[in-house]
Amino acid sequence: MSVPVLEMKKISKSFYGTQVLKDINVTVNEGEIHCLVGENGAGKSTLMNILFGMSVITDTGGYEGEVLINGKPVAFDSPKAAIGAGIGMVHQEFMLLPGFSVTENIKLNREDTKPNLFSRVLGRKLETLDRKKMAADARSALDKLGMSIDEWVPVAGLPVGYLQFVEIAREIDKENLQLLVLDEPTAVLTESEAQQFLAVVQRLASTGISILFITHRLDEVMAVADTITILKDGELVSSGPTKNYTIAQMAELMVGRKIDTKGRIGGEKKEKATKKVLEIRNLRVDMPGERLRGIDLDVYEGEILGIGGLAGHGKIALANGVMGLYASQGQVIYEGVEVPLNNPREALNRGLAFVSEDRRGVGLVLEDSIANNIVLTSMQTQDKFLKPGPLKLKDQKQITAHALQSIERFDIRCTGPDQIVRRLSGGNQQKVCIARAFTQNPKLFFVSEPTRGIDVGAKSRVLELIAELNRMGVTVVITSSELAELRSICDRIAIIYEGKLSGILSPDAPDVEYGLLMAGKSLEEVRSGERATN
Amino acid sequence: MKERLIKIYHGFGLPRLIISVFLLALIIVAAGTELSVPGLLSDALVRIGQNGIYVLAMVPSIQAGAGLNFGLPVGVIAGMVGVLVAMENSLLGFGGFVVALLVAIPLGIIAGYLYSLLLNRVAGQEMMVGTYVGFSVVAGMCIFWLMAPFKNPALIWPVGGQGLRVTLTLADTFGGTLNEFLKFEIFGLTVPTGLLLFYALLAFLLWLFLRSKPGVAMEVVGRNPRFAVASGLNINAYRSVGIVLSTVLASIGYVVYAQSFGFAQLYNGPLMTAFPAVAAVLIGGASTREAKVLNAIIGVVLFQTLLTVAMPVTNQLIEGNISEIARVIVSNGMILYALTRVTGGEQA
Repeated sequence: MSVPVLEMKKISKSFYGTQVLKDINVTVNEGEIHCLVGENGAGKSTLMNILFGMSVITDTGGYEGEVLINGKPVAFDSPKAAIGAGIGMVHQEFMLLPGFSVTENIKLNREDTKPNLFSRVLGRKLETLDRKKMAADARSALDKLGMSIDEWVPVAGLPVGYLQFVEIAREIDKENLQLLVLDEPTAVLTESEAQQFLAVVQRLASTGISILFITHRLDEVMAVADTITILKDGELVSSGPTKNYTIAQMAELMVGRKIDTKGRIGGEKKEKATKKVLEIRNLRVDMPGERLRGIDLDVYEGEILGIGGLAGHGKIALANGVMGLYASQGQVIYEGVEVPLNNPREALNRGLAFVSEDRRGVGLVLEDSIANNIVLTSMQTQDKFLKPGPLKLKDQKQITAHALQSIERFDIRCTGPDQIVRRLSGGNQQKVCIARAFTQNPKLFFVSEPTRGIDVGAKSRVLELIAELNRMGVTVVITSSELAELRSICDRIAIIYEGKLSGILSPDAPDVEYGLLMAGKSLEEVRSGERATN
Repeated sequence: MKERLIKIYHGFGLPRLIISVFLLALIIVAAGTELSVPGLLSDALVRIGQNGIYVLAMVPSIQAGAGLNFGLPVGVIAGMVGVLVAMENSLLGFGGFVVALLVAIPLGIIAGYLYSLLLNRVAGQEMMVGTYVGFSVVAGMCIFWLMAPFKNPALIWPVGGQGLRVTLTLADTFGGTLNEFLKFEIFGLTVPTGLLLFYALLAFLLWLFLRSKPGVAMEVVGRNPRFAVASGLNINAYRSVGIVLSTVLASIGYVVYAQSFGFAQLYNGPLMTAFPAVAAVLIGGASTREAKVLNAIIGVVLFQTLLTVAMPVTNQLIEGNISEIARVIVSNGMILYALTRVTGGEQA
């Protein structure tokens, strides 16, 4: 067997003491399509950043382990060096200049030139562009991809699917390209475009270019991959030829329960409540990157409902839509009365409270004190903390007293109620957010990504707080990217896929069912698949 | 004791400490020349009261998130119309002053509201847009002054019977009304009690407003609009409140300024009104994102005293008249210095 094009051996990386990658080995052979799969935060991007010598890696103390290209050890200190060694990358976001033609984009910064009078005197910088050769090269690159578009049309106005091909054409136009990294290339494509795209990828591989394909669409993996590496929480959980896996096994490996989950925080599962507090009908939310395309969901009184799913599929948009923060359509009925959409005031007035996933952007006034952050929403929507009288002056004494009480109840570590929120740690900021929501005395409480970006100790404390509030009779809808977290606290978990409800599972449902729902299979398919294997 | 001193020092801030020390040094130098120190300080007191309301006007616009109100002339124009209406009818003393205010305030509300509609459309660039709105309004009003239907011969050009004069004197109507009210002298220092009391009253009302529910809402809108939306607040409405308040304060400010100065300067007179006020509030420790009433007060006291004392002292010490140049350098240098700071308060 020949020398592999790329070998990454025992790669480890930690950011400020947090281990994000541990002993990862990846080998890609010539002409092979290697799929890298894993949930968000599994470490895929970090691994690619290491391969490309991105400054986020070099600036934070580099990495451990060894990268070999064609059997020779390399250590790239910049993306330019990696590109020089024959590695190309197509990013999730398009990096194209809209006003330039397809040819110009393909040839950007690598233009072919021919000498002229001035350049002979003044140097190469002044050479004329060899447009004919550039166009011919671009044409041949596009032909290799089976693309019929003309090479002279401007990129602006091309359909999204084509942009992806232009990006790839740019990479394969580089003569020494040996390895092409595709970072979730199909995320923005429609189904038919994705099909076409996968065919192109296979054609490229057949010409001898190795492909490292990053995705979390498992059916794509089954369709094109020769070999698979599955990452979870920065560790390599499994790798091998595609034929060794089924979709169900991959899903299970990808989302498998974390070992360190210490039982349920949410206490014993409650008797199934029957009274609906919130009915969501055909809700569509136009939240960029997290679009919700029509969902029906009921929330029962007193439960903790989890909302899960992979990033970009719209789980975040649910709470934002109900609370009126993003443009939405559909129907939301709270306790039998319809809640007007796109109007945060109405939602708040009805006793709904929300802790946003964007803690620093939406959840807090960073420059303001802890006390003010806790009382602001209640003061504005419920006229609390005001002195009696027509002037509606704020009652500083009452605010301070309430803040002190909240600091104790929610265990906020701070120097006092006047401390500026910006100076608090992430976990304590989150507690301030929760304290603010609870000052509103909500009956229905939405909380999104409650433990994102906070340390382990604070994580379990925040979850315990939410469970405690639920025991006091508050209905909770919790959205999280961490499935293990949802399973430790929720009574039911709804999985969102591509903006629609994929299914609702009980927290003790097997991992494989979660994986499949997240990969877009319906509950019926999941169950029938199980029967078939049993 | 030491800790308390450190706390006071942090609250006051190093720039203000330096300016205060510099000011003290200037006053000591002035005492060594033939200048009358009480006379200088009396002038300073008048100028503080005269300019103080313009500086206060900066506070609501900053708190509402619209930055420094460079469009101050919008309000000043409304004040001018008020003053002119009072003068046209030859109203004397307090009557004239009150009528001027009664005309100026509603006009200020209307002008401020229209101005806020514009600023809400250019959120993020209010200061740049405001500067040019100020300039344009002044230029546009030049036409109005020429065509305005004022008939009082004291106001219009002697020839032609139409068009207001460039400089009008208030000495015969309500000039000095506030300044003279309860005025007293102590150790050679003349205190314009009425002027200072009126300023203090407005400062107190503004302080009260900022502590009320709508005032707090306005502050939240200014500090984090996305949080404000999530708390059910209407961002544009509260930004408008701040801008209208700022504009109305400018209108009142002009009426007070004119009666104290004794002249009304039309046409290009109000072109640069915003700049000294901006400089003063920034010297007072405000930033483009945060300002307290206290910043406005400290700022106007330091800035105006510095200018009144520094000019004659430099004239005494240096041959030739460079004081005007020095004033321009100081006031614009301060704006430049303060605009480069993103954070206010303890770091400014």
